[in-house]
Amino acid sequence: MLKFDNVSMRYPGAGDVLRNVSFHLERGEMAFLTGHSGAGKSTLLKLIALIERSSRGQVLLDDQNLNQAKDRHIPFIRRKVGLIFQDYKLLQDRTVFDNVALPLIIAGYGHHEVSRRVRAALDKVGLLGKEKKYPAVLSGGEQQRVGIARAVVNKPPMILADEPTGNLDPELSAEIMHLFEQFQQVGSTVLIASHDISLIAQMNYRVLKLDHGQLVES
Amino acid sequence: MKHVTKKPIKQERWQTKISGGNFADKFHAYRNLHAHALFSSLGRLVASRFSSAMTIVVLAIAISLASGFYILVANLQQLAGNLEASNQISLFIKDEISDARINKFADSVRRNPDIQTVKLITKEQALAEFQAYSGFGAAVKALEKNPLPVVIQVLPRNSLENEQALAGLLDDFERSAEVDFAQMDMQWVKRLQSIMEVARRGVTLLSLLLGAGVLFITANTIRLELYKRRDEVVIAKLVGATNSFICRPFLYSGFWIGFFSGVTAWFIITTIMLILKQPVETLSRLYDDTFHVLFLGFTETLALLLISSVLGVVGSWIVLHFQLRQLKPE
Repeated sequence: MLKFDNVSMRYPGAGDVLRNVSFHLERGEMAFLTGHSGAGKSTLLKLIALIERSSRGQVLLDDQNLNQAKDRHIPFIRRKVGLIFQDYKLLQDRTVFDNVALPLIIAGYGHHEVSRRVRAALDKVGLLGKEKKYPAVLSGGEQQRVGIARAVVNKPPMILADEPTGNLDPELSAEIMHLFEQFQQVGSTVLIASHDISLIAQMNYRVLKLDHGQLVES
Repeated sequence: MKHVTKKPIKQERWQTKISGGNFADKFHAYRNLHAHALFSSLGRLVASRFSSAMTIVVLAIAISLASGFYILVANLQQLAGNLEASNQISLFIKDEISDARINKFADSVRRNPDIQTVKLITKEQALAEFQAYSGFGAAVKALEKNPLPVVIQVLPRNSLENEQALAGLLDDFERSAEVDFAQMDMQWVKRLQSIMEVARRGVTLLSLLLGAGVLFITANTIRLELYKRRDEVVIAKLVGATNSFICRPFLYSGFWIGFFSGVTAWFIITTIMLILKQPVETLSRLYDDTFHVLFLGFTETLALLLISSVLGVVGSWIVLHFQLRQLKPE
């Protein structure tokens, strides 16, 4: 599903952020990406979401070489990747329903299909009944679950989460992680960047560890 | 190592496109997207009433200036159009020439084979006519002495069409001892027409300038709007929005701004014309009642709204084209 082949990433003036990173995530696999701050976790995720392009090496997503993707293809590649952020990145002036519906509307789904899928996604994250609420009145955990619902509503084959529990207490974090497990069980490939070592240790999944841009454990 | 199986991206795209329901559903969705962008951009305009109103008024003033000059020229054009382009020559007689000598001179002109008709206008007739039509009756009465000269209006034969022969005739008259100066009416018409041509061109240039102004004001308004909503744009990009999806509401905003500016400009012009109508019609009545105030007609109104709307859309398109690629989801 996801294959990094000798990927290096260099920012002008900052040196190599990633150095010769190679790994392969099978379809339906769940893994954690860990490492100290500045180890290159976020950069690695950015390469998958095509927010950045690697300086060297190849990133393959669903057998598609991302380095060769043209700009106009980027939106269609991103639709295959559900992104979850530490700061949730919700639209504060839209309801929960509208936030979750955004990827579907962008993909051009009809009204009924949108309604059905949004409800299904909200049901899965346990927020059914809060469609009409605005993000600001929800707790942090609830907002993150809205973010997760938005990421999975389009049923993307790949789910990426960047410190999804960074702003949550341990109990809520465990709940969120449990949600990711459920998505993995229904066939999604899940990659979660996190430096919450204790939480990762509780869960028995593959760990990719970055140290100064190099993959030291996979 | 190179076992890269490249999937054609086109197909991926196609798959993504048809993944959501049947064709009718997709079509409705597409139509709804446009309708939503149309009305949500209108809603946003209404939500920020004050700044929208200011922008629209500024644009409306620019548009009404351009179209105001246009309608002014159209009105003057009508005035110039009423003037007959005849070959009539007016001979202004020197003040010191006696009436008897004038009559003799008029007779001699009448005998000229090149001349069709001759009409003598005495000082008194000229004054009476001037009093009746110029609207300066009272002022003229206050004068102690009649300042107007005797005029002999001469219409050359039609055979005398070519300009050289006419110019020769004009020269002959000018050399006569009795004539102060000879004036061909046609020259006035021609001069007026050249002035009109200059005015028309000036208005065209001015309109282009004002149009460019409208374009850039809209562009700047949309740039601010884009900046205000950059979070939304970034999030939409992250969840796979195409540029056309992101641009759509902004283009509609540009359309609305342009359209409402056009409507406001129409009201400004029409109000000004209504204010001017009454005195102009009075003035016209004092002449031969041949002049009527022209308002913006149906086609012109349509063109005004169309041009304003197009300028709005193009203005926002320019900004989106250059600024959107800078809004990266960082």
